[in-house]
Amino acid sequence: MTEPTTPLDVRASVVVDPMAVAVPLDLAAAEGMELEARSQWSYARRRFLRHRLAMIGLVGLIIIFGAGALANFVAPYSFDQIDLTYVLHAPTTVGHHVFGTDEIGRDSLSRIIYGIRTSEQVGLTVAVVSTLFGLIVGAIAGYYRGWLDNVIMRITDLILTLPLLVVLLTVAALLGRSSSVWTIVLIIAAFYWTGIARIVRGVFLSLREKEYVEAAKAVGAGDLRIMFRHILPNTLGPIVVTATLAVADAIILEAFLSFLGFGIADPTPSLGKLVSEGQQFPQKWWITVIPGLVLVLIVICVNFVGDGLRDALDPQQRRVRA
Amino acid sequence: MAAEALLSIRDLAVEFRTEDGIVHAVDGISYDVFPGETLGIVGESGSGKSVSTMALLGLIPQPPGRIASGTAMFQGKDLLKLSPKELREFRGDEVAMVFQDPMTSLNPVLKVGYQIAETIKTHYPKEPDDKVTSRVVDLLRLVGVPNPGERSKQYPHEFSGGMRQRAMIAMAIANSPSLLIADEPTTALDVTIQAQVLEVLKTVQEETHAATILITHDLGIVAELCDRVLVMYAGRIVEAGDVLTIFRAPRHPYTVGLLDSLPKLTEDEEWLRPIPGSPPSLINRPSGCAFHPRCFLTQGRPRCREDVPELRDAEGAGHLAACHFSEELAGHQSKFSEPVEAGSGA
Repeated sequence: MTEPTTPLDVRASVVVDPMAVAVPLDLAAAEGMELEARSQWSYARRRFLRHRLAMIGLVGLIIIFGAGALANFVAPYSFDQIDLTYVLHAPTTVGHHVFGTDEIGRDSLSRIIYGIRTSEQVGLTVAVVSTLFGLIVGAIAGYYRGWLDNVIMRITDLILTLPLLVVLLTVAALLGRSSSVWTIVLIIAAFYWTGIARIVRGVFLSLREKEYVEAAKAVGAGDLRIMFRHILPNTLGPIVVTATLAVADAIILEAFLSFLGFGIADPTPSLGKLVSEGQQFPQKWWITVIPGLVLVLIVICVNFVGDGLRDALDPQQRRVRA
Repeated sequence: MAAEALLSIRDLAVEFRTEDGIVHAVDGISYDVFPGETLGIVGESGSGKSVSTMALLGLIPQPPGRIASGTAMFQGKDLLKLSPKELREFRGDEVAMVFQDPMTSLNPVLKVGYQIAETIKTHYPKEPDDKVTSRVVDLLRLVGVPNPGERSKQYPHEFSGGMRQRAMIAMAIANSPSLLIADEPTTALDVTIQAQVLEVLKTVQEETHAATILITHDLGIVAELCDRVLVMYAGRIVEAGDVLTIFRAPRHPYTVGLLDSLPKLTEDEEWLRPIPGSPPSLINRPSGCAFHPRCFLTQGRPRCREDVPELRDAEGAGHLAACHFSEELAGHQSKFSEPVEAGSGA
C-alpha cells in the first residue's frame, strides 16, 4: 500500500468510491422501507406536527394550562392575599402587580392564574366525563339499534332541544350560589354528552356494517369486544376532535355561569368571575380586559388544536402539510 | 363417505322481508357434509349459496332476514336453535369462516397478529400469551406468509390482498375447526393470487383435516379442490354429486348449461354458449321448476311449470338431480367428459 501511485491504484480507488456512495443509498432505501411501515397513527401524528396553527395552539395551551396547573408556584401571590396599599391599582411593576389589583387589593395576575386553573379543571373534566358518557351511550345506541337506539336518541334529542344556557342557569340557580367546581362540571357535562353521543352513534351505525365486524362475529367475539375493541378504535378520530372542542365549550359555559353569578363560589377565582368583577369599575379596564383576553386566547388555542386534529385524523386526507 | 355426517342440514329455508315482498333466498335445502371432505357449492349471484352457510353461523341479519325452517345438526346440536351465546362458542372454534373480501374483513386499526391471537383468546382465554404468540407465528407460516414473526406485528394495510387472505385463512384455522366455510375466498383476488390462495387452502386442509364448504361461482375452482359439489339455482339445490360425475355427465339442464358456457382450453371455440335469459327474481319465482323459462329440456311441457321437482337419484352413486326429465339427459356427456383436468384451468 505504500507504493507510489500506479494506474492500478487509481482504478482501485474508483472501484471503492461507488461503494462509499452505495452505503448512504442503502440507508435511504432502508428509511424508505420504514416509511411504508408507518401505522395510520404515525401518519396522523406527522400531519398534526406539521400543522402550523395547531402547533401554535398547542404551545399556547401548554403555556397557559401549565401556568394554571402550577398556579401555586407560578403566581406571585395567593389568589386571596390582600394588599391594601394597592387597591384598584393599574398594572405596575411596583410590587409585581403586573396586571394591577382589584377593589380589595388582590393581585390580578395571581387571580388570573388561579382562574385559569379553575377553567382548566372544568374544561378538562367536562371533556373527559361527557366524552366517556356520550361514548358509551352512543356506542350502545348505534350498535344495538332498534328500540334501545330509539329510546336513547329521543332522550338525547330532548336534551338537545332545550335552550342550553337557560337550562344551565336554572339548574345552577337551583343548586345554589355556592357551587363547587365539581357541581359546575356535572351540570355542564350532563348537557354536553348528547352531542358526543350523537356523533359516536352515527359512526357506530356505519361501522357496524363493516365486513371486519362480521368477521369478528364469525370468530366468536362477543358484543362488548366488538364494540370496544373493533369498532371503537376506528371512531377515535372524530371523538378526539369533539372532545378537544368540548374543552373550549366547557370553559366558555363555565365563564358564562360565573359571569352571571351562578358559577363557582367565592373566593375561588374563575375567569368568568374575574370578568364580571370588573363591571363595577368601568374605568379600571385591566380587571375585565385581561382575564377576558386570556379566556379568548384559551378558546382560540383549543380550536386551533381541534382543527389540527381534525385535519390530521381525517383518513381521507393523505396530504402532509409542508 | 359412509362415515357419519359432520354437518347435516335438513329443509333449511331463509327469507328476507323487503319492501317489494318476501325474498326466498334459500328454499328448503338439505345436504350433508362429511368429515374431512371438501364440498363445493356453486351457483350464480343470488342463488342462495352464501346465505345458506351464513345461516349456520347465525350471521343473517334479523330482521329483515328470517330462518323460516330447517335444522342443521352439528356435533349433536342444532346450530339453528342455539342461543346467541352458545352459537358464539361454536363460531371461530368448531366452525370457522373465510370471507370473500380480505381487504375489508380485517380491522384496519388492529395488528394482524393481534386479530389472529384474538380468535384464540376468545375461545381459550386461559392460554398463556407467549404460547398464543408462537401459535400465531406458526399459523402465518403455515399459510405461507414470509417473515411471520415480523408480519404479525404489522397492520392490515401493510399486507397485500393475497397476504391478507392468507391471514384470514390463518385466523379461520386458528382453533383447528372441524368445519371451515370459505365464502368465495378468491373472488376479490386477481388470478395469479387466486391460484396461490387455493394452494394454501389445499395445504391447510391437508394439515387440519377440516371439512370444508367452498362457496364459489367458479367451476374451475370446484374441479380443482372439491370432492363433491352442490349446484344451486334460485335458492334450491338442483344437482348434487361427486365432482367427476357432475363434470362428466351432468343430469340437470342448468348444470349442462353452466358447463357448456365454459371455454375449454384444448378446443378452438369461436363462441361460448351462454344460458339464455337471466336469473329469476327471488320474490316472484317462476312456478314449478324455477329454471323452466330458461330450460332447453322443458319444450313447453306443463309439468315443469306446475310441479316443483324433487332432488332424486340420477345415474351414479350419490348423484342427485332435481329435474322431472333428467332421464332424457341419460348418456349426455359434457365437453369435459374425458380428462377432467382440462376443465380446471378456468
